[in-house]
Amino acid sequence: MKEIRFHGRGGQGAVMAAKMLASALLVEGKHVASFPMYGFERRGAPVVAFTRFDDKPIRVKTQIYNPDCIIVIDPGLLTLPTLFTGLKPNSTFILNTAKKEYKQPDKALTTGVLINATGIAVEEIGRDIPNTCLLGAFAAATGWLTLDSVLKSLPEYLSGDILQRNLKSAERGYKEVEVIKW
Amino acid sequence: MKAKKGQVSVMMGNAVTATVAALCRPEVIACYPITPQSEVAETISSIVADGKLDADIVEVEGENSAMNVCRGASLAGARTFTATSSYGLVYMYDTILETAGFRAPVVMANVNRETPGIHAVSSGQQDLISTRDSGWIQIIVENNQEIADQLIMCYRLAEDYDIQLPVMMNYDGYYLSYLNEEVEIPVQEDVDAFLAPLKKQPKRPVIVPGAATGAGTHGMEMGYVEARYKHWSAMDRAKKKVDEIDKEFGDYFGRSYGGQIEEYKMDDAEIAIVASGSAAGTAKDVIDDKRAAGIKVGLVKLRLFRPFPEERLIQALKGKKAISVIDRSICFGWKYGPMCTELKALASSIGNVPILSYIDGLANLDITIPHIGRVVDETAAAAEGKAYQDITWIPLEE
Repeated sequence: MKEIRFHGRGGQGAVMAAKMLASALLVEGKHVASFPMYGFERRGAPVVAFTRFDDKPIRVKTQIYNPDCIIVIDPGLLTLPTLFTGLKPNSTFILNTAKKEYKQPDKALTTGVLINATGIAVEEIGRDIPNTCLLGAFAAATGWLTLDSVLKSLPEYLSGDILQRNLKSAERGYKEVEVIKW
Repeated sequence: MKAKKGQVSVMMGNAVTATVAALCRPEVIACYPITPQSEVAETISSIVADGKLDADIVEVEGENSAMNVCRGASLAGARTFTATSSYGLVYMYDTILETAGFRAPVVMANVNRETPGIHAVSSGQQDLISTRDSGWIQIIVENNQEIADQLIMCYRLAEDYDIQLPVMMNYDGYYLSYLNEEVEIPVQEDVDAFLAPLKKQPKRPVIVPGAATGAGTHGMEMGYVEARYKHWSAMDRAKKKVDEIDKEFGDYFGRSYGGQIEEYKMDDAEIAIVASGSAAGTAKDVIDDKRAAGIKVGLVKLRLFRPFPEERLIQALKGKKAISVIDRSICFGWKYGPMCTELKALASSIGNVPILSYIDGLANLDITIPHIGRVVDETAAAAEGKAYQDITWIPLEE
């Protein structure tokens, strides 16, 4: 089983990204589960969302404490004291940033994935909703699913012009990602 | 298995509830949205608005009216559906009692959430516990597929001629209500076929405008006692009915859940954990790990909470060396958790063994793998005669 934890803020699409990732993994024949955890729904408040996938049915219903991958949608959350707590060894760190280099933030993280998802989202979608771009970057960096599965899952959630823009955003995330080995 | 393969997709627990409720073809729906149930009301409203379900949606100003509408429609012979959570459930409390007293077979989804304090927008079973003696049948489910399947079974149970009672299907707020899992949604014709036996039963009494018909628990003295006794007897009959419907569902759809309780690796178990809801799923993983480490432990998942599955629990737990019960709510005035307190009432039939009570998962807190692992270890130690704590509030000892 692989466990992925998303850190974002209300309105950035963290919850939707976690669910879209589950749908994309279902396309690949995996068993999936995803859910968010927050208090009141409000824009700007920190949000955590979880996605699990496995070759066998997933029974565990807890939050994710030992992720294989964390995805930080809002770099402002990098100061969270518990952000890197409980990571599995050799785990992956995906960060929405315009930076091209990054210092290893925790020794459990051996792969760093940098993607200017906000920049791409603003260009392609016209708003700072970086989630689909991050899913493209996730596919490229982890190899846990194909870009094609990500693209196939998006029509479940979006349609028309906004779908086309998000497909482009996900493709660019896949192509423009910077992967660092620490 | 007779059912066709339904569509499998990633669906949120609340969306599953609304989608499957619609497949059961309710004729009158009245919900008032409340977090974390709101999607149920929204989704089923859009299903009706899209013309996919021919039902009357009654817009109400609160949950109290929602339940009144459902009861009235049900007494007129309609199939009804509503959903609520936490304060919504409490706000319809008087009408919940009335609906049960009228023996109106309303089906309601309740998303379990804490009640006191507005900041408790959070998971917990205290709302369920607050209505346990209301005269409703209460069922608790573990995952999104079980939401789908049990909801269909709820209609078979509620409207069965021998039962005629309202049924509340409970699932954990957040951990299930907002969980997105792959779910197979049965096809319409199979849902219709599974509910078809209800049409062959004698017609239940309904209120007809202008006709002199009485309903409700309004009899004086012995009239009241008789109505209560009949209600109480129907609750007792519901236990076997839950098992029968579950078996029939399994034969038809290829999925079954054990009826009143699900027993997981109980046959050769020396010790047992009793849990309900989403925590039961996590507990199954823990039990596999502990068995790999040599502890013969099994799980009893409590699915039917009202009526309490006395006979099935005794059968499952008799001869075990120690038992632990994990409660996601509190019983004020008793030392142990509510489900543990009830289980202890069966102790003379189960055997004089340690029964340990654990309180966990209040207010959105997680019933984690280490928490359940600890419960298993302490239960195993108690079975070996070691000293144990009979009530443990796990979050306070972290």
